[in-house]
Order: sequence, then C-alpha cells, then structure tokens
Amino acid sequence: MKKTLKKITGFQLFLPIVALILVLLFNMIKTPDFFKITVLNGTLYGFMIDIINRASELAILAIGMTLVVASSAGTDISVGAVSAVTAAIICYSLGPDQQNYQMPYLVGILLGLLGGVLCGMWNGLLVAKMRIQPMVATLILFTAGRGISQLICAGQIIHVEKESYRILGSFIPKVPLPTPVFVAAALALVTWLVLKKTALGMYIQAIGINRRAGRLIGINSQLIIFMTYAYCGLCSGIAGAIMSSRIAACDANNIGLNIELDAILAVALGGNSLGGGKFSLLGSIIGAITIQALTTSLYAMHVTADQLPIYKAIVVVIIVTLQSAEFRKWISSLQGKRPVKAKVAS
Amino acid sequence: MDIQFARKTSSKGKGGIMINRIKEKIDEKTYLLIITILMFIVMYGAGMIIFADKGFAKPQMFLNLFVNNAGLIVTAVGMTMVMITGGIDISVGSVIGLTCMMLAYMMEFMNVPAFLAILIVLVFGILFGSVQGFLIAYLKEQPFIVTLAGMFFCRGLTAVISSDMINISNATFLKIAQAKIYFPFLSTVNKKGKVITPFIYPSVVIALIVLVVIYLVLKYTKFGRAIYAVGGNQQSALLMGLNVRSTKMKTYVLNGFLASLGGVLFALNTCAGFVEQGRGFEMEAIASAVIGGTLLTGGVGNVIGSLFGVLIKGTIESFITTQGTLSSWWTRIVISLLLAFFIVLQSIFASIKSKNR
Repeated sequence: MKKTLKKITGFQLFLPIVALILVLLFNMIKTPDFFKITVLNGTLYGFMIDIINRASELAILAIGMTLVVASSAGTDISVGAVSAVTAAIICYSLGPDQQNYQMPYLVGILLGLLGGVLCGMWNGLLVAKMRIQPMVATLILFTAGRGISQLICAGQIIHVEKESYRILGSFIPKVPLPTPVFVAAALALVTWLVLKKTALGMYIQAIGINRRAGRLIGINSQLIIFMTYAYCGLCSGIAGAIMSSRIAACDANNIGLNIELDAILAVALGGNSLGGGKFSLLGSIIGAITIQALTTSLYAMHVTADQLPIYKAIVVVIIVTLQSAEFRKWISSLQGKRPVKAKVAS
Repeated sequence: MDIQFARKTSSKGKGGIMINRIKEKIDEKTYLLIITILMFIVMYGAGMIIFADKGFAKPQMFLNLFVNNAGLIVTAVGMTMVMITGGIDISVGSVIGLTCMMLAYMMEFMNVPAFLAILIVLVFGILFGSVQGFLIAYLKEQPFIVTLAGMFFCRGLTAVISSDMINISNATFLKIAQAKIYFPFLSTVNKKGKVITPFIYPSVVIALIVLVVIYLVLKYTKFGRAIYAVGGNQQSALLMGLNVRSTKMKTYVLNGFLASLGGVLFALNTCAGFVEQGRGFEMEAIASAVIGGTLLTGGVGNVIGSLFGVLIKGTIESFITTQGTLSSWWTRIVISLLLAFFIVLQSIFASIKSKNR
C-alpha cells in the first residue's frame, strides 16, 4: 500500500494533475455550471473552453521556457517583453487599413516571428557564449523590450482594423474550438516529436544535469543552449502574435505584462525542477492550464488584475520551497527518517 | 575602444617589473571602475559642451543628478552588497513602489505621523528582507526566483492598498521633502542679474551618509569582509569557518532595509504613491552596480563604483530631457545597452583571466 502510494506521488505529473484537479473542484463547488458547454453558431462556449483558450499563449510560452530551464538551469524573464516586440512588428507591418494589409499577412507574421527569434538569439548569445547568468542576461530585454516595442509603435497603440487579423486570436469560421488552442497543440506536438525522434531532448537533459559532463561526452553545449533560447524567442513571438490578434492591436505597455511569472510558474508547477535537467513538456502544459484556471477563478472572485500577482507569488514560493532539497531534508529530519536522496538535477 | 585597451594592457604582462607592479594594483576590478569613472567624466564633459546653452554646465545641474537619484543611490548600494555575495534582488523596484504607497496611505487616510509612518515602512522593509533572506540563505532557493516572486508580491500588495494615485500632503513630510540645503560658494548670477544659489534636499544627505557607512562597513568590518569572502568562493568561506548562511541572511535583511529607505527617499522626491511607481527600478539599480564594476559572479564590487553607475544613468536622463525631442523610453534602452556592454566586458575579462592561468 505504502509502496503504491509512493509510486503515485513520485510520478512526475502527480503534482500538476493534483493541482489542476484541486482548482477545478474548487470552481465546481463555487460555480455550478462551470463544466457546462454550449454550442453557438457552430462554436463551443463555456468556462472550460475559455480556460483552454486563454491558456494557449501561456502553454506556448511554457514550452519554450521548459526547454530553457532544462538546458541552462535559469529562466528567461524577457518572454513578455519579447511578445510585445513581436506584436509591435506585426501590427506595424500589417498597418491599420480596413480593406488591405500593407504587406501580405504571412510576411507580416513571419517578420514578427523573426523579431522574436532574434531577441531569443540575443539572449542565447549572452547565456551560452558569454556565460552570463540567464536571468541577468534576459533582464536586459525584460526592460529594453517594451521600450523597443514603444519605439516601433511610436508610443501609440496601433490598431489592425482588417477583420481577418482577428482569426488567429478567436475562431476560424465553422470550427468549434478557438484557433489558439490549435496553434498551441500543433506547437507542442512538433516540439515533442522533434525532441523524441532526435537526440535533442536527451542532449538538453544531459547539459541541464551537468554541463561539463555533457561537453565531455561530445555534446556542443553552447549550441544547444543557444538553440533553446532562440526557440524560446520563437515561442514568445507566436504567443505575442496571438495576444495582439486577440485585441487586434498592439499595446506595447500591456501585451504580455506579468506573463513571465506565469510561464515560470507553469514550468515549476509542471513538476520540472528549476535547477535544470529532467523536464516534461506535458507537465508544463498542464501547469499552464492550471494557472489559467486559477486566474479565471480569481477573476471570478473579483480580484483585480493588479492584485493577481500576490496570489501567484505565494504559489511560486510554496512550490519552490517544496522543491528545495534543504526543505525536504528538514522535513525528513522532523519525521526522524534518513534524508531523502536529493535528485540528480538538484 | 575600451575592449581593445583592456586587451592590450593585459597582454603586456610579460613586460618590465614596473608594468607588472602597476598591473598588480590595477587588476580587473579596478579596470571596470576606471572605465566607469572615465566614462562619466567624458559623458558629462560632452554634455557640458553640447548643451552649454541649456545650462548643462551649471552647478545646479550637477547637483540635480544627486537630487533626482537619491533613492536610487541607496537602492544601488544595497544591490551592490547583495551582488557581492553572488546573489541578486529584483524585488527592490516594487518594494520602493509599495513603500511609497504605504507612506502615502498611512499619512493620508490613517493620520499616522510622518516619522512613525517612515519607521513602520522601514520595519516592513527589514521583515520583507528577512523572509527573502531566509528562503535564499537557509532553504537555498534561487535568489532570482525568490525575489521575482517578491517583486510580484509587493506590486500586487501595492494594488491592494490602493489602485489610485495618492498625493502626500502631510505637513511634516513635505517640510522634510522641501527643506533646501544651499551651497552659497557655488552661487552664479544669471542673465537677468539674479543670484542663483545651488541647493540639495535632505534626501541627498541621507543617501550620501548611507553610501559612506556601507563603504566603511564593507571595507573595515568583519561582516563586510565576510560578504566578499562568501561571494568570492562559498566553499572556501565555509572552510574558513565563516557562517555563510547568516552572512547571506544579514545581507538580504540589510538590503531590504536599504530598499525601503530608498523608497522613503523616492517618496520624498515624488510626494505621491501609485501602483506603477518604481517599475523597472531594479534594473536601474542592477545596471548601476554592474556599470560600477560589481561582478555578476560575486566577490568583487565597490559602492563608490555604484555611485558612478547611478551618476551615469542620471547623466543619460538629463541628456534626454535637455535634448527634448527624444522619448523617455530611450533612457531605459540606453541603460540596457550600457548594461549589456559592461556585462560583455566582464565576460571578456573573465575569459582573459582563465586563459592567462
């Protein structure tokens, strides 16, 4: 009995799934029609759909963040700002005209994503090549990013009036699920396939656990870390495109505001160690959905957007404390057992 | 330019004894400091030439660098200490925002006397610093994650207290804020024949006192030396018999105190509290410390350098305001670029050092 219990609690996805179930249960008690889904004009509506819809950007960011955390044991805190940069580029290049875009839709989006990737590459250069602590390196874009975005927009909010721009952030006609969900799912699938079918996933874990050892067995750790940051930039770009499409505009000050904490939280909640090494993409995605569910239920309890960070900060501290090797040692010494063996990653 | 200069001087190492002796004195720590001080002088000098007609050369303009950045000086000093231990604290910006909001709310809506309000705020800073310090030093959590959470916590708490802007109208507080300390010997006569005496506010005096005290603490006390030892090599510090955990803890507590003191000075400057106050301030404090020669890896740093870091930031700001047509966003971008430049410089120094070995 004890063994099976331990097996269940030791399962990597245990924490994220339990957290998700807890939040959903809480909501079910509070709002009875929480799970009700209605069909309107061939599309689905309901709390659950809304959560999955809103969680898409977060899941996309969490995928990038998971890889960054796994490879370099540090987090990329510039994701929100990079999203704002991407949104600004896209809105600037597509232009405010109601009938036509200034340039083809795809070109605009690609330009934006390119901007995101470039930002990611800059971070990657600083972290992989210059060996600067990831958070300090990304702090540069964290502050400068919004400034750059403001400069592109010339300090104003650029609206994209053409109707079709909204599709990416809302619904494709006649399709029951919102578009962002498909984007997130596709990105997750592609990432998963690439990591599983090639050795990249294993390389990332190896470097995250011990960078030196990884190098000694012949992995080009600099290149791998650089690539994870560039990929994280791409993910931020995609998320930024969706966010700007939702409001059909670019608001440099507010796009992706505070989302970096959510993304880190999603990764931590997904059972990934913030110390690098082993990672689970699925865990991070479940984590992202959990956080969105938490956000939605906090909004339902009339907590304003300004006040939300308090609760999330507390959750982060609790999770990080639970992950801490020192804390586990302390707990097990309280129980009079010998200390739990610290995971390789930590 | 600077990089080439650094490379040249360091490759000359095999030269005469004189060069070696100078090299011993000017190691990588002082290079960065010297570059910073030179940079400040060059920038300010350039400003004096370019904007001579707009009053850049007047003594008041120079004193304004201190007046506008008193809070930042204190915060940067605290940040320097934390960074010397090898940690970092990105919560300071929101602690400042929260401090201003608490001060404003307590004085406006609860009729708390000014000095009591300031005391409460400082105690809060110490408590907040202790919690962060405990999590970082004793539970060994990553400083970045803990203080990132702290940053969002304080920002959220500020919004809980009030989401509107509160102006401070407490008489005592305003008196402290507006008391002017004049420098008569720097007086100048303007075009209309009026005598202008440059002045500073008391906040500048407080900031400079803090700077001197922390400088002495770092240089001459056991605690100060322990901070350098812990940052230089935690393992050796432990083997030397230093209490690494309590040193780190004390540093974060002191930093919490300094952050809230910085907030008080900030409030003296702005006389208001609102949610967005002090956003991005952590970046400016970190940038000032890094520009002033504090190594991100810990073990090396100097509060005097950080002062110059703050002054450089102030100079950039006055450039942009004097120039008039550039948007204020440029300050952030230029500071970020400078930070990037100095970080890269540090990394180059580090790689030269490891090659020489």
